[in-house]
Amino acid sequence: MDLFSEYGSAILEAFGLTLRLAVFSGVFSLLLGAVLAVFRVSPVPVLRWVGSAVVYTFRNTPLTLVMFFALFGLFYQLKLGANQDDPLNEQNFQLAVLALSIYTSTFVCEVLRSGINTVPLGQAEAARAIGLTFSQNLRLVVLPQALRSVLNPLASVMIAMIKNTTVAVTIGVVTATGVNEASGQMRTMMENEADQIVLIFIIFSIGFMIMTLPVGFLAGWASKKFAVIR
Amino acid sequence: MSASVLYDAPGPRAKALNWVYSGVALVVFGYLAWLIYSKFEETGQWESEKWTPFLDADVWNNLLIPGLIGTLSAFAVGSVLALAFGFVFAVGRLSDLKIISIPCAVVVEFFRAIPMLLLMFFIYFMQPSLGITPTSIFWAVVIGLTLYNGSVIAEIIRAGVNALPKGQREAGFAIGLTRAQVMRTILLPQAVRSMLPAIIAQLVVLLKDTALGYVLGYSELLAQVKQLDGNFHNLIPAAIVVAVIYIILNTILGLVANWIEARTRRVGHTAAPVGHAGAVDPVAAEADLVAKGNATPSNPGPL
Repeated sequence: MDLFSEYGSAILEAFGLTLRLAVFSGVFSLLLGAVLAVFRVSPVPVLRWVGSAVVYTFRNTPLTLVMFFALFGLFYQLKLGANQDDPLNEQNFQLAVLALSIYTSTFVCEVLRSGINTVPLGQAEAARAIGLTFSQNLRLVVLPQALRSVLNPLASVMIAMIKNTTVAVTIGVVTATGVNEASGQMRTMMENEADQIVLIFIIFSIGFMIMTLPVGFLAGWASKKFAVIR
Repeated sequence: MSASVLYDAPGPRAKALNWVYSGVALVVFGYLAWLIYSKFEETGQWESEKWTPFLDADVWNNLLIPGLIGTLSAFAVGSVLALAFGFVFAVGRLSDLKIISIPCAVVVEFFRAIPMLLLMFFIYFMQPSLGITPTSIFWAVVIGLTLYNGSVIAEIIRAGVNALPKGQREAGFAIGLTRAQVMRTILLPQAVRSMLPAIIAQLVVLLKDTALGYVLGYSELLAQVKQLDGNFHNLIPAAIVVAVIYIILNTILGLVANWIEARTRRVGHTAAPVGHAGAVDPVAAEADLVAKGNATPSNPGPL
């Protein structure tokens, strides 16, 4: 097992970077996705149009292109998207998080919106009939039901996002010590250790399963526990 | 919007308020758009020599069309293989024989759980040790696309079969059909009909994922952005044009999905509730199905 003695710490560092990408992108995509969802269900036409346009554009564009554009277009051409004074590895990290967050947020938005759509109309009508205001209706009646019904699909989106962190290899995201995120690290190892490709693949597959499976199990458990019984 | 759960049909005061909010939003987003415009101006993105290449037939013939062909050929081969893979493993996983269903379940769950890019790298670097030379990037991309999307399609078909009323299967057995005949002539045709919109939504995902081939050096649309930038120093216009091409391709697929959905709804021919695809919307489709209790949530998501 000299693969581990040689690469053990690099593998851990690579997955640490992947995890950091996933956590930052997860938080930002949930926030941005919620904002987009509010836009898309709002009574204000202009907000609805903007929300729809953003969602339609980004979910029909490959993440690879979004990632590519973040570095080569936004950063190098327009000098936007990350702090120009930061060290190179920090810049690329910020750009990868930006690309992943925007791309994932469109999927978060659609899940949240479909969650609101699953709440039966009668619920809101009953709430208005007993005199609840708009915010009471949203807070006490609609959102609790909507959020509970989207736990599973939301977890699916987050799992996909964790897997999509691998696309960061398009722009090369590295740690301060120069270790790539997981997919880049795997490519390096496969290039160097051509006789152990299967083992390397298994190691990295298990690494991703360790990150994604708990999310799925947690969501499955939570959605059962908090299921809306109608 | 009168049938929203969130708010009642607006009265005169709410209507007036909405117009005010619309005005404010228009100003804010107009300002943002102007900021982007002026940033483009500042960095010279509007210069005509950056955009005129796209009016040149040679640019299309030598760069964009070959890129499009690269993308579409990976998509075409990948989707045919993914559909075949999906059918085989859906039927396998639905088998009553544990010796068939368990391995099929393991394969499907494994390929859905790991990132497609890892698969593509693996297939790419594995080829020399299997004696395949020269290494084929095309097949690394296509097999990667097939294994992941095929597994998702297998789950979609399985969910479709499981959503059929029990009576369909029982009626088949009652008239003396074998298990294979019930599956082939009764369950699958209905399941595929009801799930076609979801299957096409997955093909949209497959089309987008062909862009991962860029990372391996496969010559597809995204790779042509680099080429265009090398020739004309117009990275941003090139990226915008290529993004528009992707959006048009996906929109066409989305329209096909909607058309099939509407047609299935009208014609019927299935006892199952018709899956809903939305424009290009696998997640919402799944969310809907899960919410209606028709489908099991697929853990690794369909993006």
